[in-house]
Amino acid sequence: MSARTGSVSHPLPVLQPQALAAHQAALAAAQRAPVDHAAKAEVFLRDGARAAWQDQSIWFIRQKRDRARDAVPDWEALRAAAEQIKSHTLSKLAHYLEQFEAHATAAGATVHWARDAEEHNRIVHGLLEARGVTRLVKSKSMLTEECHLNPYLEARGIEVVDTDLGERIVQFRGEPPSHIVMPALHLKKEEIGDLFHDKLGTPKGLSDPTKLTEAARGHLRDKFLAAQAGLTGVNFALAETGGFVVCTNEGNADLGTALPPLHIACMGVEKVIPGPEQLPVFLRLLARSATGQSITSYTSHFHGPRPGGELHIVIVDGIRSKVLARPEYRGALRCIRCAACMNTCPVYRRSGGHSYGTTVPGPIGAVLAPHLDPVRHAALPFASSLCGSCSDVCPVKIDLHGQLLSWRGELTRLGLAPLRKRVMARVGEAVLMRPWLYRLAGWLASFALRHFPRFALVNRFNAWTVGRELPRGAAESFQAQWARRKTALPSPAKQEKRP
Amino acid sequence: MDVALFVPCYVDQLYPRVAMATVELLERLGCTVHVPKGQTCCGQPLANSGFPDGAAQLASRMVDVFKEFEHVVCPSGSCTAMVRHQFEKLLPGDAGAHALQGRTYELCEFLHDVLKQAPKGRFAQKVALHQSCHGLRELRLGVGTERKLAPFDKVRDTLANLEGLELVTLRRNDECCGFGGTFAVTEAAVSCAMGRDRLDDHQQAGAAIITGTDSSCLMHLDGLIRRDGRPQKVLHLAELLAEATA
Repeated sequence: MSARTGSVSHPLPVLQPQALAAHQAALAAAQRAPVDHAAKAEVFLRDGARAAWQDQSIWFIRQKRDRARDAVPDWEALRAAAEQIKSHTLSKLAHYLEQFEAHATAAGATVHWARDAEEHNRIVHGLLEARGVTRLVKSKSMLTEECHLNPYLEARGIEVVDTDLGERIVQFRGEPPSHIVMPALHLKKEEIGDLFHDKLGTPKGLSDPTKLTEAARGHLRDKFLAAQAGLTGVNFALAETGGFVVCTNEGNADLGTALPPLHIACMGVEKVIPGPEQLPVFLRLLARSATGQSITSYTSHFHGPRPGGELHIVIVDGIRSKVLARPEYRGALRCIRCAACMNTCPVYRRSGGHSYGTTVPGPIGAVLAPHLDPVRHAALPFASSLCGSCSDVCPVKIDLHGQLLSWRGELTRLGLAPLRKRVMARVGEAVLMRPWLYRLAGWLASFALRHFPRFALVNRFNAWTVGRELPRGAAESFQAQWARRKTALPSPAKQEKRP
Repeated sequence: MDVALFVPCYVDQLYPRVAMATVELLERLGCTVHVPKGQTCCGQPLANSGFPDGAAQLASRMVDVFKEFEHVVCPSGSCTAMVRHQFEKLLPGDAGAHALQGRTYELCEFLHDVLKQAPKGRFAQKVALHQSCHGLRELRLGVGTERKLAPFDKVRDTLANLEGLELVTLRRNDECCGFGGTFAVTEAAVSCAMGRDRLDDHQQAGAAIITGTDSSCLMHLDGLIRRDGRPQKVLHLAELLAEATA
């Protein structure tokens, strides 16, 4: 049996009503509860072999990115240009958005404005409902993930098929993407083989990536042919022309929009750039930063609807104008969603995308999510060693680790730090402000380290010692030694003469 | 040259040998070392844990303690980065903070940029250099692998005149060890996983000694080495240089 006929013989892979209700209830609960990144990471790391595989496979992408970067002589100048273009655009955002709207409208598209996720979902559903659409194909869009569009439409009887292979895989599994460029990065080919056997009828045990991709391709072709509407994201919207660009490696944005009469493109307000002259700066940076390719396989340009078709562009704010209003966080809106900060992040690679509990994980996710809900995402800015690799890898030079640090101060001021931490900080401050108390505390700590029985120091209540030994402590602090030395050797010149 | 030694609090209490080695080294290079009284902590643990107000008070103390000195030297990239990049934000408009940030140097940076000399000596061992993140990416002591710039490395340069020293090549030249201050306890599992991966890398490179500019990273790595019974040993760069030039 070929994979293609296998896919046809199977029922629509839409969530069943009970499953949908359960999924939505779980989603709603998950959206309220604070994310405990450390606990999720701890669970992720229990399977050491799998964690090592995940780290190495993502590091491989970081290395590919380094090689692709090396082929560009003016890489740092390109980053600086991208930063400046985006910062300029954000400083005149309303102007460029209105320009984009005017030119897109002139080209025959209809532009819709959505204040938030709810309004975005209502607009998209309204467009589909008015045209009797029950089968929608989507190319990858993190914005629609952020808006939870799929469950919204599915609950209203519309079959939504994600046509990006990785997104289709996580959609089959009923889980969110773990990475914004490679949504199924957390899965091994054997797991995808099992999933496809279950969903697409591929032979049991088949895990050859080429054959699995062929099966998905057959399955998705049917979906493309049957679709009544196609939805895409937007990588770059050009104010000067009213056109926009979608970058994919699978050509699914073209397939999804070439056949159905209705194309809906969803974008955040920050996706606009001045015009075609600025576009190459970003195209040169995006794929290199994302996957180490010099350019994505498909760079699809859309400019008005195709003959006989309709093009609707939904422009969403969500948290974006809130971020724009805050100078210390504004830079995050320059993000072009390349995921280089995830790939380089040693914490992301060792905790997995799902540990963040957000649509966009990793460093950029950790600086964006608290704008949406500081209570739920309070742990994320602390899920970083502040190593700064993210800021240096970022193609638009977002000061990611600086923003993480700003958030730490802000979340603590909002009272969102655990009580234990607040008490420790107050005690620490009181001790460190008084040299005599500092000396006493230091002496006590060193005494404890040297003389206390092991069980009193190394136990499950001391997080340091769960995986590590404590320092050994010192008999005498440096400052005490220095005071003695000064008495013994009043002039530093004497020190020079010692043997 | 008169130099004030800025001793990180945890070095003062837990690794006095590192501070003493810094003194010995600076004196050998002709400096007169002063240790201003009343030093405690620069406030970085508070700032990085989300308590900027407490950190600002400690920063203000630091500015006061070191106000008389032209050159302040610290055997830690992280604490130096705190003074250089965070003090001005914590104490906006404070002239003392502004002045101190321009006068505070990490040890290798001071040797490289101010004294302009790499100590001569002998250290016949295979050594792995751990690039501490704040030295590399905040103080820019070298060019990290993320960026594409003409390469330089002030830490490596500091070791250039040591006979017999063999620096090994790591698979990941500048990945974080996972210490990260309070991150080491709030995200202990990830922190330890990161540290063990670094140690594996150092081990495969065949180095018996891991050196670096920050005792904090080394304290974390040493804790893992001793827990796992690994054959490696950590040695702060100041200790290594003091031993090599003795």
